[in-house]
Amino acid sequence: MLTPEEIEHIARLARLALTPEERARFAQQLSVVLDHAAALMEIDVEGIPPTATVLPVHSVMRADDTPMPGLTREEALRNAPQTDGEFFIVPATFGDEA
Amino acid sequence: MEYEVVIGLETHIELDTASKMFCRCSAQFFGAEPNTHVCPVCLGMPGALPVINKRAVEYAMMVGLALNCKIARYTFWERKSYWYPDLPKGYQISQYQYPLCYDGWIEVDVRDVTSGWQEHAERRRIRIRRAHLEEDTGKLTHAGNYSFVDYNRSGVPLLEIVTEPDIRSADEAYAYLSALQQIVRYLGVSSGDMEKGAMRCEPNLSLRPKGSDTFGVKVEIKNLNSLRAVRDAIAYEIERQTRILRAGGQIQQVTLGWDEARRMTVVQREKESAHDYRYFPEPDLPPLHISEEWLEAVRARIPELALARQDRYRREYGLSAYDAVQLTAERAIADWFEEALRTSSAPHSLPARAKAVANWIQTELFRLMRVHNVPLDNVWHIKVKPAQLMQLIELVEQGTINLNTAKQVFEEVFQTGEDPRAIVEAKGLAQISDVPTLRRVVEEVVSAHPQQVQQVLNGQEKVFGFLMGQVMKATRGKANAQLVNQLLREAIEASRT
Repeated sequence: MLTPEEIEHIARLARLALTPEERARFAQQLSVVLDHAAALMEIDVEGIPPTATVLPVHSVMRADDTPMPGLTREEALRNAPQTDGEFFIVPATFGDEA
Repeated sequence: MEYEVVIGLETHIELDTASKMFCRCSAQFFGAEPNTHVCPVCLGMPGALPVINKRAVEYAMMVGLALNCKIARYTFWERKSYWYPDLPKGYQISQYQYPLCYDGWIEVDVRDVTSGWQEHAERRRIRIRRAHLEEDTGKLTHAGNYSFVDYNRSGVPLLEIVTEPDIRSADEAYAYLSALQQIVRYLGVSSGDMEKGAMRCEPNLSLRPKGSDTFGVKVEIKNLNSLRAVRDAIAYEIERQTRILRAGGQIQQVTLGWDEARRMTVVQREKESAHDYRYFPEPDLPPLHISEEWLEAVRARIPELALARQDRYRREYGLSAYDAVQLTAERAIADWFEEALRTSSAPHSLPARAKAVANWIQTELFRLMRVHNVPLDNVWHIKVKPAQLMQLIELVEQGTINLNTAKQVFEEVFQTGEDPRAIVEAKGLAQISDVPTLRRVVEEVVSAHPQQVQQVLNGQEKVFGFLMGQVMKATRGKANAQLVNQLLREAIEASRT
């Protein structure tokens, strides 16, 4: 069972504000999910190298370094929470690097 | 008590590719209008898929090889999660478990040149722990309650290079960073320009009693925008911490920023909670296998680097450390110097020729380039060619022209690109070495200045220079100075009554 502190930490990493009821409910639900996944821990993986993918491809690269135009600025800023037509404007976040 | 400083450097270098690390937006963002080099990939839009830029991987491998690193044969990308608006995806694609380059070293010559040049340097080896490839973040500008975000830089290829804690002084950190900057420039993979943020460095530093093998409390220094700032900030911290420790105080583990205006470090505001990056393999990018053939092809593109060239110039040509350092500061200059030597018609006297070429480059060539605002790395684009400098040097050596004339000719070659020999012929600049002609001029000067001749006879040597000058003037500077000197002495002696 996840502790209230762990739930709070996870919620903060995801930038979620939880009510005390939600905290209790998600602690319950998330613990079940983790327990389920924990079944993997029982498998003997001795001698099996770790993998980073399950796809049978590797080393796919773009050999052509020529740049191509992307979005126009108008398009890029269309979903901005706030903008002055040049920048994305967000609440000041100085020193709040998580 | 005597304290010893232990420094490790973490350096980020922007790789100078045309397009970004994982998308085809232009990576040349400097001076561009905000948010004009962006696309769904580097804006972190849902569903957009990254593709690896092969050139960026090759550039990173080149730096790794130049730093004597091992190159991973198998590597993959990982997501480094953190929440900050300069990172639109909420994570940075980076490398963690398997850096592309690891276990290397670099040799650097450490000099304290703050009070003038020193021929002697201490050669130090600094180990490289790892160099991995990742993507740069966007740029934030803070204003009041808001931050303005420009994502042009988001996704520019970035190489993070981490040293072992092998650095023992501010001068050594400076030497390491200069060498690193020079290497990426020699390789042509980055400008290494700290003022423009193409190279960013964060030292971590701790003090311990001399001879101890445990580490003291570590601080990190940020906001260093020049090589000098790195040296000054480290020197300042060593002094500050030594003072605290000697007074029986304790060092706080903090992140510091360098305040250039006040020339001091200040504690930076930081969130108290520890970072929780939750690295995991990037599911959108396949792993990378690096074949022997590819690695060798990349290795073949690495030129002889500055330190190796300095050693060779000193060994083969007997040049001073100063000359060797000056000539190799920019790869283009070093290449130009070597090309000039290759065209020498007297390969047996290479050391003499090398010294002559080195002198010409450092005086006349550098002076003219400075006057005409040509940056040193553009030396191949100016009109004067290496073979022409060698031709000029040989004209002087053969006695065809004197050094002063040669300087005028060089300036003309610089302006027009014409061959020195052609200029000398067309303008009749060849030195007059014909004895009867020179004797006639000398006798004219002597009879026109009896008073000065008498002064020389009375031992006023300075006046001899005046008479030399009169002969040079009469021959428009073309007289063979050595001959004039001799003939003038004879004529003055002969006039003794």
